Amino acid sequence: MSRLKTLVEKRHGVDPLRGGHALCQGCGIPMVVRVVLGTITRPTVVVNATGCLEVATTRFPTTAWNVPWVHVAFENAAAVASGIEAAQRALVRRESLPSVDDVAIVVFAGDGGTYDIGMQALSGALERGHRFLFVCYDNEAYMNTGVQRSGATPFAADTTTSPVGLESFGKAQKRKDMTAIAVAHHVPYVAQAASTYWHDLSLKVERAAAADGAAFVNVLTDCPLGWGHEPHLAPHVIAAAVETRFWPLYDVVDGRYRLTYEPLHPLPVERWLEGQKRFAHLLRPENARLVEVIQQNVDRDWAELRRRCGDDEKGALS
Amino acid sequence: MPQLTEWSELPLAGAMAPGDAVQPVTGGWRTAGRPVTHLSSCVNCLLCWLYCPDSAIVLDGTTFAGIDYDFCKGCALCVEVCPVEALSMEPEDGA
Amino acid sequence: MSTVESRLLTGGEAVAHALCQIQPDVVPVYPITPQTPIIQTFSSLVADGAAHTEIVNVESEHSAMSAAIGAALAGARTATATSSQGLALMAEVVYIAASMRAPLTMAVGNRALSGPINIHCDHSDSMLVRDSGVVQLFAENAQEAYDLMVMAPRIAEHPAVSLPVLVCQDGFTITHAAEPVCMLEDAEVRAFVGEYRPALRSLLATESPASHGPFAMPDYYFEFRRAQAAALEAAAEVIAGVADDFASLAGRANHGVEPYRLDGAETVLIALGSTAGTVKDVIDELREDGERTGLLKIRSFRPFPAQAVRELAGGARHVVVLDRADSPGGAPPLAADVAFALADCDATLRSHVYGLGGRDLHPEAIRQIFHGVAPRYVGVRGEPCPV
Repeated sequence: MSRLKTLVEKRHGVDPLRGGHALCQGCGIPMVVRVVLGTITRPTVVVNATGCLEVATTRFPTTAWNVPWVHVAFENAAAVASGIEAAQRALVRRESLPSVDDVAIVVFAGDGGTYDIGMQALSGALERGHRFLFVCYDNEAYMNTGVQRSGATPFAADTTTSPVGLESFGKAQKRKDMTAIAVAHHVPYVAQAASTYWHDLSLKVERAAAADGAAFVNVLTDCPLGWGHEPHLAPHVIAAAVETRFWPLYDVVDGRYRLTYEPLHPLPVERWLEGQKRFAHLLRPENARLVEVIQQNVDRDWAELRRRCGDDEKGALS
Repeated sequence: MPQLTEWSELPLAGAMAPGDAVQPVTGGWRTAGRPVTHLSSCVNCLLCWLYCPDSAIVLDGTTFAGIDYDFCKGCALCVEVCPVEALSMEPEDGA
Repeated sequence: MSTVESRLLTGGEAVAHALCQIQPDVVPVYPITPQTPIIQTFSSLVADGAAHTEIVNVESEHSAMSAAIGAALAGARTATATSSQGLALMAEVVYIAASMRAPLTMAVGNRALSGPINIHCDHSDSMLVRDSGVVQLFAENAQEAYDLMVMAPRIAEHPAVSLPVLVCQDGFTITHAAEPVCMLEDAEVRAFVGEYRPALRSLLATESPASHGPFAMPDYYFEFRRAQAAALEAAAEVIAGVADDFASLAGRANHGVEPYRLDGAETVLIALGSTAGTVKDVIDELREDGERTGLLKIRSFRPFPAQAVRELAGGARHVVVLDRADSPGGAPPLAADVAFALADCDATLRSHVYGLGGRDLHPEAIRQIFHGVAPRYVGVRGEPCPV
């Protein structure tokens, strides 16, 4: 049976995240949630950091969640998950639960709650090796509070706290490589994925859920409002990120890098920039130099990634 | 859950079971038409279901069974991803 | 009644042994002086198999309280411990633990808040979370620290309460000073605390899911806060009941207040923590001198025993409150609560701040306080004495 049909069947008619929430028209996040929770076969508890997903789905007295769900604060989702995971082990020992595999623990956090304010708790949880999956829906800014720059915001992007102006071209810093930071914690499974490359994402979630320890999956997720594009064009925008190699798709299994998708005909980075209002200023002639810098960064990062994957390994998915 | 008036009636810590909680209707968010199905073209690829941010694509098992307009916000992703043009955006009834 | 002989234990060790007997499921914890003997002793006990607890050595106190909420909501009896900057760092999450009605317990080794950085005792850390909605109980000595720790889970987990309970003891003065402590038998403690049956549906009960920790707009937030206040008010009666049960078992009562020689007292001193012990000695001496004075020791700071304070101190001529914390520019916290409780009483109120950053309060200073000749900030060099 096809993977997509399997995702459907697993629901038993009940969506883990149902309609009626207040996420924007065309928001990219629910698809990520659907693929992640649809792929994991065990019953799941969701820990959600403060952010778009959390706020828009649980305004009292509503909830859009059909799975156990908990939100505590912005920076501590990984710590909350650590506590739940320890509780599971304790209850198994007390014989209140049959097995530690009984319930899968999944964290959903935006890039703010992962790269910046959430980084400490995430680092601690990864270092301690709790058995859980941390999924970052990375839309590259603090979207819920009005599109402020985060450590995940790309170089030269226009945000409300790194605005383009007469004396500014947008964010002056490169974005953090959070995926690499996760890899540095020596956890069994780390992956970089993209929301609309759902088959690749689902395979990665499957591997992550089977990992005997902590897993981190960083999912590029579009935000029509924050990025400045028509909602229905999301698949094209995300595709541009991947096909220009701005956002490579790969995973790292016990420290071994593996590319999971290689664009046959890599596109120039302009294809990624041109579809989004947050990069519109870069297409002006006077900013050509910035586009060159972005292309050089993409090329250099790609070469480094290839080096880590082993030059001759294409890492085709089974 | 009916509209609460008193603090003593709140669930402990506001923890809500989905069956007790309100599920707001968000169909009123549509401003530029609604997706309409051309069922004879549908091949049940399920991509519309996969992409819909509002879980508004209704399935019967693994068969497309319609759109729940109570939750559809009209983003048109389903129309965009349908490989066989079995969906199109049309004006709302009476528009 | 228990027949275990007393052991020489510091307050920190006593609380660790109490925890070991309670056998919590999960203890997420981060080290900070002077709480460290608590967690070090407990870790050794667990390493030797005396308790089967999942200790989670988290990377900060903020994560300790966060993990504790996760564990408590997942059906595990949970405890942690901290002091000072640690309590300050986790303060955000302490408020949330209370609002999420997580019935966890926390041992606090009261220590001054920076700056300057200081590792010694005062109550400013507890006062930082005064308004968070948690229960705060203060021990006078190592015995009370042990007793209150054993009592804490039943208070926290009572369905009318379902709140975090902090068991506070003075840093170094109690945490690191050895005293004879009578412990109960392991089986007695197990029977006393019973099985963990939280009022909230467990996060691991996947067949009946619920969403915990919602977002509330102005149309609901206020009602949630009111419900929390009601729980803290209900805790007063629960504490009394648990204290009675504990007294039946151990022969020692640890109620919300302890009146000491208040019969006919014209001047009543009010204090929290270990200083109450020093005050008692001075009260005895003053009584020998014919003075009519006594101590109203507060054990339960939150919920504040306003009615008991009114009944026991409202009829005195003078009430003197000793605060080991300050609220610069306003009334010190304990004095504020006492003043509120005695608003309709005739007693005059004097307020002193003492002991910040571990400065000892000597019996002679307490005598001066009693005689009304001590400055408002007691024991500070350069502070003018009242005329």
